[in-house]
Amino acid sequence: MTTPTPHSPLAGPADYLDQRTGIGNAVKGFARKVFPDHWSFMLGEIALYSFVVLLISGFFLTMFFVPSMALVTYHGPIDSMDGQLMSEAFASTLKISFEVRGGLLMRQVHHWAALLFMASIVTHMMRVFFTGAFRKPRELNWLVGFVLMILGLLAGFTGYSLPDDVLSGNGLRITDGVVKSIPILGSYLSYFIFGGEFPGEDIIPRLFALHVMVVPALILSLIALHLLFVVLHKHTQYPGGGRTDKNVVGFPLFPVYVAKAGGFFFVVFGVLALMGGVMSINNVWSYGPYDPSPVGAGAQPDWYMLFLEGSLRLMPGQPEFVIAGFTLSLNVLIPAVVIPGLLFSALALYPFIEARVTADKAEHHVLDRPRNVPTRTGIGVAIIVAFVILAVAGSNDLVATHFAMSLNAITWALRVLFFVGPVVAFIVTKRICLALQRKDRELVLHGHETGKIVRFANGEYIEVHKPVNEEERWLRVNYAAHRPLEIEPAEDARGVRRKGYKADRRWQKLSSFFYEDRVEPVRPSELHSADEHGELESGTQQPALER
Amino acid sequence: MKALAARRHHRLTPVVLVLLALVAIGGVYAAFATPSATADTATNQDIEEGKKLFIANCATCHGVNAEGTSTVPSLIGVGAAAVDFQVGTGRMPMQMTGPQAEAKPPQMNEEQTAQLAAYVASLGPGPAIPAAEAVDPELGDAANGAALFRTNCAMCHNAVGAGGALSEGKWAPDIRDTTPTHLYEAMQTGPQNMPVFNDDTLTPEEKRDIIAYIDYQKEGSAGGISLGSLGPVSEGVWVWVVGMGLLIGAAVWIGAKSS
Repeated sequence: MTTPTPHSPLAGPADYLDQRTGIGNAVKGFARKVFPDHWSFMLGEIALYSFVVLLISGFFLTMFFVPSMALVTYHGPIDSMDGQLMSEAFASTLKISFEVRGGLLMRQVHHWAALLFMASIVTHMMRVFFTGAFRKPRELNWLVGFVLMILGLLAGFTGYSLPDDVLSGNGLRITDGVVKSIPILGSYLSYFIFGGEFPGEDIIPRLFALHVMVVPALILSLIALHLLFVVLHKHTQYPGGGRTDKNVVGFPLFPVYVAKAGGFFFVVFGVLALMGGVMSINNVWSYGPYDPSPVGAGAQPDWYMLFLEGSLRLMPGQPEFVIAGFTLSLNVLIPAVVIPGLLFSALALYPFIEARVTADKAEHHVLDRPRNVPTRTGIGVAIIVAFVILAVAGSNDLVATHFAMSLNAITWALRVLFFVGPVVAFIVTKRICLALQRKDRELVLHGHETGKIVRFANGEYIEVHKPVNEEERWLRVNYAAHRPLEIEPAEDARGVRRKGYKADRRWQKLSSFFYEDRVEPVRPSELHSADEHGELESGTQQPALER
Repeated sequence: MKALAARRHHRLTPVVLVLLALVAIGGVYAAFATPSATADTATNQDIEEGKKLFIANCATCHGVNAEGTSTVPSLIGVGAAAVDFQVGTGRMPMQMTGPQAEAKPPQMNEEQTAQLAAYVASLGPGPAIPAAEAVDPELGDAANGAALFRTNCAMCHNAVGAGGALSEGKWAPDIRDTTPTHLYEAMQTGPQNMPVFNDDTLTPEEKRDIIAYIDYQKEGSAGGISLGSLGPVSEGVWVWVVGMGLLIGAAVWIGAKSS
């Protein structure tokens, strides 16, 4: 296949490898694979690289961490812990922080990387959602990404609980409460998870096994699948001149993206090392060893679980019923299971719902501009607003102290906002999108304002508009304004009622919700008539669309 | 002596004797049992000056005799410790009513505070200002203090004393920069919404241990910038601001380089 080139010292080994594995073709294929260029395509990379940092720093931590709940008496450099009874897990966390060389740095890098991992996953997900990158053929990859996000939450949760400090123990206590709120199964599940009554002596070793083996292995394999899909589907690209659903405009992987992506890995690692080096995180020695009695003010989970905390904080306590001696804790079940369940299901299923109401079977490789799909953009913003409101509710005590407000007033305001906020956000976002589309339409039809006022001989005044150039026009007219579904009539020609009509009708209603309000892209004929109207600066520039 | 002897069968004699006995017992009790810090230092002059200050600054709300009203507490029996804390931290005199009195730069200087304390202490027995030894962080056990702090204080004041929210706009203040004496007095007198931790709940030694723990926090955060010691919420804010901020900036830069 390849002929060895005498001037490269790598040629010999490369040829050796190629003759035995045939790797040359794969390398050639990969090296020439073209990727489009945009900063927002690097958000997923941040997640990937912070995961690599998590693996490296996590590996270091397992060298010293003792996943045991056996009690020991602490004697060490932390005066405020001297002589205290604590679990080996907590004692080894203190040892990592204060006696292992570089241990505190590694712990802090690991924790910051975990927070960054989730933050970048969420941001990446937003980019994919708002640009419609989840459309055919990428629906399955959206699901893979969604599962990765859930696994990220699980990895974060299991890791957060390992040091066995007061804060992590409080988190486990809430988990215990949530599990117990599940009707009938709850108490059995709780005993099953904790190996007896909370907190028991099993939970730390169990979480450790999940945290260092099961969850990372799953994340790693799903990342592989996620990337395989990217290669298989090819990367999406933003709309623009020359970019279609049948090509990819960009640069080859080698050398451009190898350099860029490789460099970006070091940037991510550098930022995490900087944060781990100068910003303290999770000072477990301040919280103290876990004991079920104390709860400190400002006891919150890491940011990605704040929505759950907030959901619990917002829920009024009344709906707890005792039925024939069994307690039904709707006050926990609804905020901790039902509401997150609904929000996450909506997120996971959205690509399939949109595909159904659009009746669009075509492949899409050119991304949508968010304004061109007003309902989707509105729904996305509404979901984000719902999560943000819940996260603020989870921090209501800090909001109260830092903005000098009443905790009770904040809680009530957020209870109302949780229902009103997403609806308002949806309406406002959708209206802004439609307005932007109208502005685009206006621009394509009439061009840019120039400020030049011309008076004709007959006394008529007009303002001269400068026509948009081809690039600008391309960007603004190349989108599909989908219409609501059209369905078969309820009865056929012989007046027999059609099976499945009711289901079709429901989908049609949902479709109308999506596509009733729309701004059609400018058609060539419209452009032509606008041109003849004589406002444009020069009649010599014929619309490109007609060619 | 004859005159005395002649009157010892007077019908008021038992009353006089009982009164004398009461005074004697009270005197002995006062000498041995009540904290005597104010008795040692306060002079009649101080009490007089304190009274004048009280009439001028405090009587509007607390009443000329410090008897209080239905909404304002009586100051009879609150002791010098309460005055030293409330006036010394600037909480009193209050500038305006609100969910609770806010700490602000003290309005009275040290001498005036001592005079006010002497006056209020003279109204009825109450906790005195603790001696320097009782609040010396060097003599306390920070480990025991940390354990006590977690069970008694952290639920309102946060694990390191950074403060927290209470209901209806009230709050537990940040106590990391509070002086040892004021910490002791706060525990003993329970200002604003704080419960009283009397010597049965927390012994004077235990109070000193807690003071030692607060003092121990002054050594700073081992891991770098403390981010307000507010826990995961501030960490979450900073990962978005610093982490995502820097990295999106870098991504935009890398993305812009080619095109």
